[in-house]
Amino acid sequence: MKEVKIKIESLSVSYGNKPALKDVSLNISKNQVTALIGPSGCGKTTFLKTINRLNDFNDSIKISGKVLIDGVDIYSKNTNVTELRKKTGMIFQKSNPFPKSIFDNVAYGPRVNGITNKDELYEIVKNCLIKAAIWEEVENNLYDSALKLSGGQQQRVCIARALAVNPEILLMDEPASALDPLSTARIEELILELKKNYTIIIVTHNMQQAARVSDMTAFFYMGELIEYDKTRKIFTNPSKRQTEDYITGRYG
Amino acid sequence: MKNIRKILPKKISIFEFFVENSIKAIALLSLAFILGIFYFVFQESYWAFKPEKNKLKYQNIQKPLKHTDEIYSNGEIYFDDELRPEKYPPDTNRSNLLLNRSDSVKINIINPIDEGKKISLHRYSSGNEKAISFWDLIKANDIIEGEPAYIWQPISVEPKYNILSLIFGSFKVSLIGIIIAFPISVLAALFTIAFAPKWLREIIKPVVEILAGLPTVVIGFFCLTVLSGYFEELFNTQLRLNAFLGGIGLSIVIVPIVYTLVEDALYIVPKHLSEASLALGANRWQTAYKVLLPAALPGVFAALLMGFGRAFGETMIALMITGNAAVITANIFDSVRTMAATIGSEMAEVEYRSIHYGVLFIIGSVLFIITFSINAIAEFIFRKKLLNKYRGY
Repeated sequence: MKEVKIKIESLSVSYGNKPALKDVSLNISKNQVTALIGPSGCGKTTFLKTINRLNDFNDSIKISGKVLIDGVDIYSKNTNVTELRKKTGMIFQKSNPFPKSIFDNVAYGPRVNGITNKDELYEIVKNCLIKAAIWEEVENNLYDSALKLSGGQQQRVCIARALAVNPEILLMDEPASALDPLSTARIEELILELKKNYTIIIVTHNMQQAARVSDMTAFFYMGELIEYDKTRKIFTNPSKRQTEDYITGRYG
Repeated sequence: MKNIRKILPKKISIFEFFVENSIKAIALLSLAFILGIFYFVFQESYWAFKPEKNKLKYQNIQKPLKHTDEIYSNGEIYFDDELRPEKYPPDTNRSNLLLNRSDSVKINIINPIDEGKKISLHRYSSGNEKAISFWDLIKANDIIEGEPAYIWQPISVEPKYNILSLIFGSFKVSLIGIIIAFPISVLAALFTIAFAPKWLREIIKPVVEILAGLPTVVIGFFCLTVLSGYFEELFNTQLRLNAFLGGIGLSIVIVPIVYTLVEDALYIVPKHLSEASLALGANRWQTAYKVLLPAALPGVFAALLMGFGRAFGETMIALMITGNAAVITANIFDSVRTMAATIGSEMAEVEYRSIHYGVLFIIGSVLFIITFSINAIAEFIFRKKLLNKYRGY
């Protein structure tokens, strides 16, 4: 068993009176890809946003239970939320570059953290774009608007942007759902590459994708964690009936 | 094949036809109406430049009575002077007014409807004024203490029509207004969108929008009675009604407009942009001014110009609290006279189609041209450029 990075203990989340997650407990290991699967509205995105506390701005939300990253409870009162968010980069379903140049997009995080030296910024941007496997494509038009890029390129710029703040955990919310198969393949390659240095949690509706990229898979249904096991086991020999039904496409 | 032939011909519903065409007609009508107003305003301005020749034909319609002015100036008193309804214009058919004291027993019953028919709607210019040129409106027309002065003095033995001081007054007071209002409304909008909890936002927005519906005369009255004395004491100003107070009054009008537009512009910034920023470890303030505000910049810019245009054309507040003295000074605590206030206060009393009348319409045209250019600049140059920049075209 690998080192545990994120430990979640009986986490329940509800929006007003509507429960989104019910009593979820699981451990996520370091430097592994964990896939979250399940039908729409089963709480996968809520789960991701709970880990980097992006849910905080929703007034009606109620959270109980514990989320520990490296053994520290992130919902304790003296948590530095911005530091937490720097630790946990997030990539969204829809590629969402800022309406700025590619350079400014990637440099946004470092700038917010107070890095103003131009050479230093350039190095960070370059490294992150290389890591996100898009450097060759944008090298010559680094100062053009990021919105001019194709969807797949935009998504990789967003990954580079997330990497620029030196996160330890990457949260990916269906990063390839809006992309064509070729771009998806590139993103998946990238995920496998990034796995060496980052702990990755990926939400996906694509079973094959989950099977291809992840080490562990968690199946959510109606806000409950139904099954959490090694990907190989989930896809070949699931222990719960619901999981099998979902994977084989009988519902959801 | 047969089926298709049956389906293909266009079916005309009478109701749809009627609705479509009436909508079209109404839209075109409103356009024509606006063009008509513009035409009227520009056409009436013409009277400032060529009065004598054109006025001649109107002279014949109206037969000026020679006695009337004399009678008034002689100070003759009629027995029933106070009982008679005041008539406008005074120099129309006045035969039944010209009563001698000996007639005092005779009672004249005036039928107001018949009287009204006798009275022309307009009082025509006597036509003995000198026509002015466009240059007269701009050049310095007096010398005060050795300095060339720009005087607006339309009612005088020697009328002076310099509209520079009025244009200056409009710009001065609306600039003061927008400088006060713009930061307030942008910050308030940012607060409601990026910082305020939901319940507070739901209170603030409607309340500010109600402020937009406040009649300007009420705001003017409030400034006149409450704020003027307060600011006079606070800044120890020489004049109670000045450009600064006017700016304050205008800012009360502008804030809700700019606030609403900026709030809308910020609201439509996609949520995933601010989420992305927050997820990168930016705090709420950084997110607001580095992501939200730049993304909403075209809307913010449009709001700025809309607010300025609104202030520029505002009449009632300017009329009530700016002091209405047409002077060009840099001091914000001096009185100003704006173009809109000038039209508002003088149009009702001007001689029909006199030079003064024409000049007032020229002021209206200038007002229109300036606001039109502001909007055009906003729309065609900045807004498109900014939009292209931020949409990545």
